[in-house]
Amino acid sequence: MNIIVLVKQVPDTETKVRITADKHNIETNDIKWIINPYDEFAIEEGLKTKERLKEGSVTVVTVGPDRTVEALRTAVAMGADNAVHVKTDGTLDTYLVSRAIAEVCKKENAQIIFTGKQAIDDDQAATFGYVAELLQYPSASVIVKCDISLNKTQATLEQEGDEGAKNIIETSLPAVIAVNKGINTPRYASLPGIMKAKKKEIKTYTLQDLGLGSETSKTLDSDYQLPPERAAGKKIAGDAATQVKELVRLLREEAKVI
Amino acid sequence: MGNVFLIAEQKEGSVKRVSLEILSELGRQGISATAILPGFGDLSKATESLVNHGATKVIVLEHEALNNYNTEAYTNAIYQYLSTQSPSVVVTGATSHGKDFLPRLAAKFKTGIAVDCISFQFSGDKISIRRPIYAGKCSKTVEFTGIPVVFSVRPNVLAMQTGSKSGSVEKVNADPGLVKAKVINTVASQVKKVELTEADIIISGGRSLKSADNFKIIADCAATIGAAVGASRAAVDAGYAPHNMQVGQTGKTVSPKLYIACGISGAIQHLAGMRTSKVIVAINKDPEAPIFQKADYGIVGDLFEVVPLLTEELKKLKSQS
Repeated sequence: MNIIVLVKQVPDTETKVRITADKHNIETNDIKWIINPYDEFAIEEGLKTKERLKEGSVTVVTVGPDRTVEALRTAVAMGADNAVHVKTDGTLDTYLVSRAIAEVCKKENAQIIFTGKQAIDDDQAATFGYVAELLQYPSASVIVKCDISLNKTQATLEQEGDEGAKNIIETSLPAVIAVNKGINTPRYASLPGIMKAKKKEIKTYTLQDLGLGSETSKTLDSDYQLPPERAAGKKIAGDAATQVKELVRLLREEAKVI
Repeated sequence: MGNVFLIAEQKEGSVKRVSLEILSELGRQGISATAILPGFGDLSKATESLVNHGATKVIVLEHEALNNYNTEAYTNAIYQYLSTQSPSVVVTGATSHGKDFLPRLAAKFKTGIAVDCISFQFSGDKISIRRPIYAGKCSKTVEFTGIPVVFSVRPNVLAMQTGSKSGSVEKVNADPGLVKAKVINTVASQVKKVELTEADIIISGGRSLKSADNFKIIADCAATIGAAVGASRAAVDAGYAPHNMQVGQTGKTVSPKLYIACGISGAIQHLAGMRTSKVIVAINKDPEAPIFQKADYGIVGDLFEVVPLLTEELKKLKSQS
């Protein structure tokens, strides 16, 4: 089974965001780059699926500048068999990234595609849906359990619904499955894995190679801004009972939120 | 500004509030919009709400397969209708359903997408959309190079108002197309929880709660005022709360009217997820905790003492009103 995992390289969650002078992006100097945390669960699910089925290969795919190859090497060190890099300069929007990924998935004859439910940088949570639609595959997101039938034609999924509910979904394969935290515990890279990853040959495409040379992004970003600083408010004095009474009074009379 | 469509969302015949919030904002900007309502059965209550909040027309996309939400059925039915209407703008609420079908719909239109936006401004035939990124550590303006402009709006950020109430309602037989993924069963939570991203009030607990059992203190307090219960990543990673309760950059981004953080120190990634809350209250033993820098009201104290007192005080308030 050809298992594809879509990964994105993102700034570490502890990153303090700064904005460039032209306000068209964030400062990327001195950023610690990591694999999008949700995509780590997707890599693990891909590896586990291959282990359960006792056959197949796991191919990780990313789109971005040269630095993003690091994310692919980390995934190979965790156990992925192959890596594909769509090398781009500048910023691509979700639409164009998804077009590129869909082309790669066709070339790799994807039979199941895993990815994280969203990337923690742009928070669009949209690539999974675009890729699925472009390939005419079914899709399901916020998945916390995934069972692939042994004949590899069907998957039973558990989806986190609203208000704490769980939806059980049955889908035919191929499909795009976007996973949530909690589906598994991602493994660490092994030492032999890290050695293997260093030497791993990475398949590289440009947008031209994928027949997308004349395509452009459909959205343009500008005017990046930091949120207004919240001024520190008042600390309420007194013993616990006094503090609580005063808090409830303030919430009612001053803030008018209860 | 061409043809503007709101994809409205209903649950058991009632319209989601965010659909009405978007209509209200369109009304304030003088934009007429058609509301598309997928569903089946008696939707008169829903169509009436949409008309009351300013929809100039409501199109009910009717089919048995649209009775419950289904990714492919909703996408196909909405696209099948919209593709004949030359839409210039398609907007919906950034709910779990909206976030699920909208990327597929945008792909069908071969256009871009802007998800979970917090404001939008029409001017001439342009629309400029503002959306937070990095879980709210910063925000940006998004503009489209072509049409349709496809975007979703975060619940709870736009004010609601009534509109002209003169819209018409039309039923259209929808075509759900080919469906390959189906929900075969839904297991409701034993305790019905208020959905975090749509809650007016959220009370969250951190690692200081020390155990899953102790989260009951938070849940009891929340129950008195119909609040949702949240948790910090530290509390989730320690196994005190499930991930669907996590607020922050690797959890949910929320903007309730009132956010009460109990025993949460205020790590960057947590603040990112809740900083747009209208009023923030911090309860923490450590007077130096960073959360106090963001809180409108702070109580330095032991949450095991303060929270139960708060529960009692809120109960009193309830019994008076």
